[in-house]
Amino acid sequence: METNQSISIKNLALSFGALDVLKDLNLDVGQGEFLVLLGSSGCGKSTLLNCIAGLLDVSDGQIFIGGRNVTWEEPSERGIGMVFQSYALYPQMTVAGNLSFGLKNAGLPKAEIEERVNRAAKVLQIEPLLSRKPAALSGGQRQRAAIGRALVRDADVFLFDEPLSNLDAKLRADLRVEIKQLHQKLSNTMIYVTHDQIEAMTLADRIAIMRGGQILQLASPNEIYNRPANKYVAEFIGSPTMNFFEGDIVGGDGLRFSTGDQFFPLEGYEFHNGTPVQGPAWFGIRPEHMVTGAEADTAAIRLNGSVELVEPLGSDTLARVAVAGRSLWVRMDGQALVRDGDSVTVGFDPARANLFDKSSENRI
Amino acid sequence: MGNVTRASADVQVSPVPQEMTGPRGPKPRTVLSRRNIMIYGTLIMVSLYYMLPLYVMIVTSLKGMPEIRLGNIFSPPVEITFQPWVKAWAEACTGLNCDGLSRGFFNSVRILIPSVLLSIAIASVNGYALANWRFKGSETFFTILIVGAFIPYQVMIYPIVIMLREVGLYGSLTGLVIVHTIFGMPILTLLFRNYFASVPQELFKAARVDGAGFWGIYFRIMVPMSLPIFVVAMILQVTGIWNDFLFGVIYTKPDLYPMTVQLNNIVNSTQGVKEYNVNMAATILTGLVPLTIYFISGKLFVRGIAAGAVKG
Repeated sequence: METNQSISIKNLALSFGALDVLKDLNLDVGQGEFLVLLGSSGCGKSTLLNCIAGLLDVSDGQIFIGGRNVTWEEPSERGIGMVFQSYALYPQMTVAGNLSFGLKNAGLPKAEIEERVNRAAKVLQIEPLLSRKPAALSGGQRQRAAIGRALVRDADVFLFDEPLSNLDAKLRADLRVEIKQLHQKLSNTMIYVTHDQIEAMTLADRIAIMRGGQILQLASPNEIYNRPANKYVAEFIGSPTMNFFEGDIVGGDGLRFSTGDQFFPLEGYEFHNGTPVQGPAWFGIRPEHMVTGAEADTAAIRLNGSVELVEPLGSDTLARVAVAGRSLWVRMDGQALVRDGDSVTVGFDPARANLFDKSSENRI
Repeated sequence: MGNVTRASADVQVSPVPQEMTGPRGPKPRTVLSRRNIMIYGTLIMVSLYYMLPLYVMIVTSLKGMPEIRLGNIFSPPVEITFQPWVKAWAEACTGLNCDGLSRGFFNSVRILIPSVLLSIAIASVNGYALANWRFKGSETFFTILIVGAFIPYQVMIYPIVIMLREVGLYGSLTGLVIVHTIFGMPILTLLFRNYFASVPQELFKAARVDGAGFWGIYFRIMVPMSLPIFVVAMILQVTGIWNDFLFGVIYTKPDLYPMTVQLNNIVNSTQGVKEYNVNMAATILTGLVPLTIYFISGKLFVRGIAAGAVKG
């Protein structure tokens, strides 16, 4: 065990009967790192978090927190604080009662409990709410109180289980910022489960994208966005989703991608491991990496099509463009004057493209 | 002030049509609509159906025997007398004892209180363990318990007599308390399990992270949140045990008969004149305890039943 690792998970497996929820999972989280577990529902991200918290017994493997093997320890002995989606505040207790419940169970002296509760309340600005019951709080205040309950424990590791999913959009954005500030201030290790890619991208030092009980890619948000490890990750991150062309990488004078009756030159594309590959593949390009108008005329790859649908967002305009019998999403300037039926030329640079193997769907 | 005058000036500039400033909204419904007549008519009929026997009982219990013999059961008493109530409570004879229902009342209380407390205490812990601390075979255990609720009592009467005899509790109140506790277990466990299962799992998880153990979570989280279901269980048990006749007559002896058994012995005694007024008073006295419980906790009862029914 290296000392700079806060959490280390080795060969973790969990199955309910014949159903494998987690499979041979390995994960190392550095001290003070903000790790986001991202995936669609049922991918095992919450299950993994519950295993780390000790709320689920694992079938196989080991979990280390702070260098200590905690695989079979009680949740309260693991040095963690946890925040839940439904807040999970004890309804019959006041906010102060909620915050101090765990400390009382740990048998801390009264003066210290009071001091810790007050300190946490100050950090989260919930001091005026301490004597209120959870029913008398708004959603945002409740979630603050729930974070406070994790905070008072002085834990090395914070676990968040979709803490913002029950809040409305505005409040979610506010609290997201607060959580980020909290992390900067406390610099604890945080593991944060979400299905919201914006939360993941904005908060994370590293993101682990999960699917079917396995981690598909563990990398920085930037890396995940720019160099997704496989087609699933590429589709999962980004909205609207990446445009895909099905075809083959063929040789000849320089590598080209052939799809239908079109050929895309691949000059400038950085192949995975630097070794060019040929054969059936997916060609992916993000809507924001496509250009129109004058810029398109100088692009390496140009396609002519007509606009099917326009979604003006103010900051951007999303247009669905029909090209050779298929639809592509293109992100344009917010003030772009496009209408249904307009003829447009879309262009893009192969350097911004993502190529995935047809059968394995891994990046090539 | 300036704003107010300006506003009123605006009103004068653009006069609002009369019909827009008057009261608005749909026309109020008439009280005597066809629907209301149907609803209230039905409700009044049903209430009469249930209230009339009670009325007859109260009226009869306040009459003397000569007045009853006239045969007008609906007429109010000409001369109100409480003698039948006194007799029912303190003087009526059953067998050799002539101290009325009071003996049965105190027997029933001595049966009721420990049975209710014991069965609720055990069943709530059962339900809590089954809902939140799934152990290997917990589902099987639960199934067996539920099946227990469907086995007819008659099948078990004699085996229980033998078992109680063997441990020397046959004919004692302790034995009857144990029988009541056991027979209340399936339905109460089901009730508590379903209620606790409807409490969000995350609360339970949060309490575990906070270091609370089995009993800590039970007493400090679950019980304070579950007042309605405890009230429901209490009502079910109080009425069930108070109204029990069969177990009382089988597992105790005449000195220790509960109130219901004694009531039967008073009402069904074949010696002498049938004292309808005493019988009526005795019956009302016996029914008073469950009735009081319903009145006190009616609202909580409905809430608890609904809460248990929706989920689980």
